[in-house]
Amino acid sequence: MLRAIPFGWLLAFVAVPCLLLLAIAFSSSAEGVPPFAWGTLSLDAWATLTEDSFYLSAFLRSLRVAFITAALCLALAFPMALALARAPARWQPALVLAVLLPFWTGFLLRMAAWVGLLRDQGWLNGVLLGLGLIQEPLPMLYSTPAMLLGMVHAYLPFAVLPLYATLLRLDRGLEEAAADLGASAFTVFRTITLPLAAPGAAAAFLLVFIPAAGEYVVPEMLGPPEAQLVGRALWGAFFQDRDWPLACLLAVLLLAVLVLPIRLFQRLENRP
Amino acid sequence: MLLSLEGVTKRFGATLALDGLSLAVERGEFVALLGGSGSGKSTLLRLIAGFEAPDAGRVLLDGVDQDRVPPQARPCAMVFQNYALFPHLSVFDNVAYGLRREGLPGLDIAARVQQALALVGLEALAARRPHQLSGGQRQRVALVRALVKRPPLVLLDEPLGALDAALREATGQELRALQRATGAAFIMVTHDQAEALALADRVAVLEAGRLVQCAPPRDLYERPATRFVASFLGGANVLEGVMGADGLLHCAAAGCALRLATPLPAGTKAAVALRPERIALAAEGELPAENAATGVLRGVVYQGAGWLCTVALAGGQSLRVQVPADRAVPPEGVPVLLHWPATANIPLAD
Repeated sequence: MLRAIPFGWLLAFVAVPCLLLLAIAFSSSAEGVPPFAWGTLSLDAWATLTEDSFYLSAFLRSLRVAFITAALCLALAFPMALALARAPARWQPALVLAVLLPFWTGFLLRMAAWVGLLRDQGWLNGVLLGLGLIQEPLPMLYSTPAMLLGMVHAYLPFAVLPLYATLLRLDRGLEEAAADLGASAFTVFRTITLPLAAPGAAAAFLLVFIPAAGEYVVPEMLGPPEAQLVGRALWGAFFQDRDWPLACLLAVLLLAVLVLPIRLFQRLENRP
Repeated sequence: MLLSLEGVTKRFGATLALDGLSLAVERGEFVALLGGSGSGKSTLLRLIAGFEAPDAGRVLLDGVDQDRVPPQARPCAMVFQNYALFPHLSVFDNVAYGLRREGLPGLDIAARVQQALALVGLEALAARRPHQLSGGQRQRVALVRALVKRPPLVLLDEPLGALDAALREATGQELRALQRATGAAFIMVTHDQAEALALADRVAVLEAGRLVQCAPPRDLYERPATRFVASFLGGANVLEGVMGADGLLHCAAAGCALRLATPLPAGTKAAVALRPERIALAAEGELPAENAATGVLRGVVYQGAGWLCTVALAGGQSLRVQVPADRAVPPEGVPVLLHWPATANIPLAD
């Protein structure tokens, strides 16, 4: 009976919402509140999705942005995590806290700060104009680089922490053994440290990739208006078109696409 | 001389791990570094390997000062206490790791790895990962990984420490045979005196970062230089006394008089080591005038090969006495007579 409680919990808060999404996705839309008909079966949303290439390209664009964000975060996080793990033990809690410090400010505020920094009359353009380096403000905001900057800023701690945990657990004796067998510092890193940190790197990549794929706020506030991502498409279907079946189908598909890398990661983890 | 340590000192914060230690090791020699925990024996090994740098003194390998020589450039290989096998590599790749760093052709590497694995009977397990091996197999992989580079000096940190008792003796003998076969010098850190005595050509006893005595096992056991060596190896009793005019050493605390092989001048204070197994215990009989004492049997512990008895002497000191298993031991609390041959009295320098 007691063992059933956690399963009941998962059923109530994971399985049931997923099934609801699926049910709505294959219902026919209707006038009224809510804007779909319970108990109907319809492939309208599926048809919209397959006929309008807008949705597929939004999907692919989102996955590409998520991939680039995750790769950038991984590249930035690895040296940070290594420095953290190799710092004197008494400094490490303070340094980890420093990595987490951005979380103490609201997410929206931080993105708004980027807007303030990057816009035409913003701080960065002001400095460059004041120094006489440029004559016209650089159009930095509402561009793909600005969006990636915001994404990396938002998700970097998610990449640092699992890498730090992995590198901290790494037996330094293995690196000593490699050096003892004639490996230079770089060879030790390439043949021992890096392969043994691979599970942590995979975790870091996925922890960024998964939320970044569905990200709505950052592309909306910093990204280019023309190249829409799946998060924006989903929002539009839900709030502008009031097409709940389409919005739910998009959500279900995003979930399905993201389950694949999670399963992959779990298989990697379980490999001894 | 393959290895010379000259006045090596190492501090960790306020603790002095090694205190002006000097030691020389010849080619092909098997030296055991014996000491309790915190004696500095593992630090010494890490210093030779190059993982630590001495605060003072020199480490010379083949006459070359190793100051500023990184571990990867030193002509020695280490077998780590926990073996430090690379978990993401197969047994073959673990053993090949050192050879690959030398840039040998792949075929040569394969041949040498196979040959090395055959040496310890592991050729069938070359494709396995370390976690698929037993403790004894892992130990042999670690050993072979160090030996395959044919280093003139192999450093072993408690190589038998993680093995169960049944495996230790046989593996120790294998270790000795491999050392003979390869001709490499072995320096083995251990806290197990039986292991040190059984395997090494010379045993170096460390106490608080200092080398107390370095001698072949038999010399060390029969002629310990200090009371620390005497009690650390074989748990000898130490008797203290003053030389009398009669040429005997009178020990007040033990209530007995000892005859020394070479008498000292009258009035000299001296200490003598007395091994528990050299003392004979009897419930009754005549007490000889020298090398004998009376006491009360206070404790008896069965040790398989014999009994370890604690006897409280009339003068207040207690002696450890080992009685062979085939002898009867009187019940506790009974007065007993102890006596031993004069040759059992080992004079100590300190």
